[in-house]
Amino acid sequence: MTFFRDALLVAGKDLRIERRSRVALQQIVPFGAIVVVLFAFALDSDPTLLRQAAPGLFWAAVLLAVLLAVGRSFSIEEANRARDGLRLSGLDGGSIFLGKAAAVAVEMFLLEAIVGAAVVVLYDVSIHGVVILVCAAVAATLGLAATGTVYGVLAGGLRARETLVPLLLLPAVMPVMLGATRSFQAALQGAPGDAWPWVQLLVAFAVLAVTAGTVAFGPLLEEA
Amino acid sequence: MLGRFPALAGADLEVETGEVVLLSGPNGAGKTTLLRLCAGLLPLRAGEAEVLGVDLAVEPRRVRRAVALVGHETFCYDDLTVAENVRFVARSTGHSVEDADAALARVGLQRVADVAHGRLSQGQRRRLSLANALARKPQLLLLDEPHAGLDEHGRDVLEEIVGAAPAENRTVLLASHELDLARRIATREVRVVGGRVHPIPPAAPEPAPSAAELAAAAAVAAQAEARA
Repeated sequence: MTFFRDALLVAGKDLRIERRSRVALQQIVPFGAIVVVLFAFALDSDPTLLRQAAPGLFWAAVLLAVLLAVGRSFSIEEANRARDGLRLSGLDGGSIFLGKAAAVAVEMFLLEAIVGAAVVVLYDVSIHGVVILVCAAVAATLGLAATGTVYGVLAGGLRARETLVPLLLLPAVMPVMLGATRSFQAALQGAPGDAWPWVQLLVAFAVLAVTAGTVAFGPLLEEA
Repeated sequence: MLGRFPALAGADLEVETGEVVLLSGPNGAGKTTLLRLCAGLLPLRAGEAEVLGVDLAVEPRRVRRAVALVGHETFCYDDLTVAENVRFVARSTGHSVEDADAALARVGLQRVADVAHGRLSQGQRRRLSLANALARKPQLLLLDEPHAGLDEHGRDVLEEIVGAAPAENRTVLLASHELDLARRIATREVRVVGGRVHPIPPAAPEPAPSAAELAAAAAVAAQAEARA
């Protein structure tokens, strides 16, 4: 119980900081929305193509925003050497990981809701298969947040952190991008049977990422 | 190790419970490294270190829970308030919100409890660091240049906290360049030079004046009185 209570403590701290600083709301969410708008401008001559590409464009926008959210999650630990404060607390590395990943995931859910609404309006997409969409989004978000948190701490102490995280993270989350896009495509086309295998892939990835992160985060925090 | 060079080499220091030990020495001598090592923030590459009876190489997390480090940085979050920062430290080390509030009161920061850390003055930040340390109820308090940035009131607070340490069964290791102030609160001083710890023997007491010296002094005083 202490493990999860500590994770909640860390998540609460990160979310309180974001609520106070409004970086997620005023910078990361608008960034995701702008990416969606840019895609709309780039492809607006062909509305059918835009509708077909909507799932991929949505997840590309989310993926780019995740990079910002992860960067932000670890930049608050660098100021005033707060990272050393976390280490001194003696909190279990796994609980710190779960807390930070959960906070990133909550921010991403908010982002996905707003960017998703923008996609529906701008790309003229009709919503079908809500259950599949929600399941796929939850699993994909957990996978992205967990993987991002692992790579965030890995690059935490490095000077080239801002450029290194995208370089490491983007290839690692290719399965999420693929699974999330395909499951969204199948759901929106009214073929739920085609979507579930992709949702299963997303769930498997999320479980693997959360498990690996819980085990590896502590040593990575020490070494970074 | 700092890069390829050992920051501490042959450092040998034993401290009793309740002692307040001053680490003096030039810049780059290894004082901060020694404190960070005792806090469990630096890995022990060679040798042995036992902090509060716990092997640092084996159980660094247990050591961290029992010590507090007041360093050059506050380890705080700029967007959290003073109270939120101290409460986070207290709760993350298994203590209560009441412990956090008591620590804040002890350093006299209740008035700014709702102010964000990022808006504090340098002196207030130092006092907040002390509050964070107290909220952890540490058995070993590690202070790195604790006088820096503190005003007179802040220094009084620091002296009270360090002065009360023996009664609270707390040991203090203190690194400082403000030697006059630090010596006032330390019970022992060791000098750190080139990564080694050199004990400084306590100053010998002034020898009592001899009978002849007392007689000569009395004669001088009598002459002065007669002239007046």
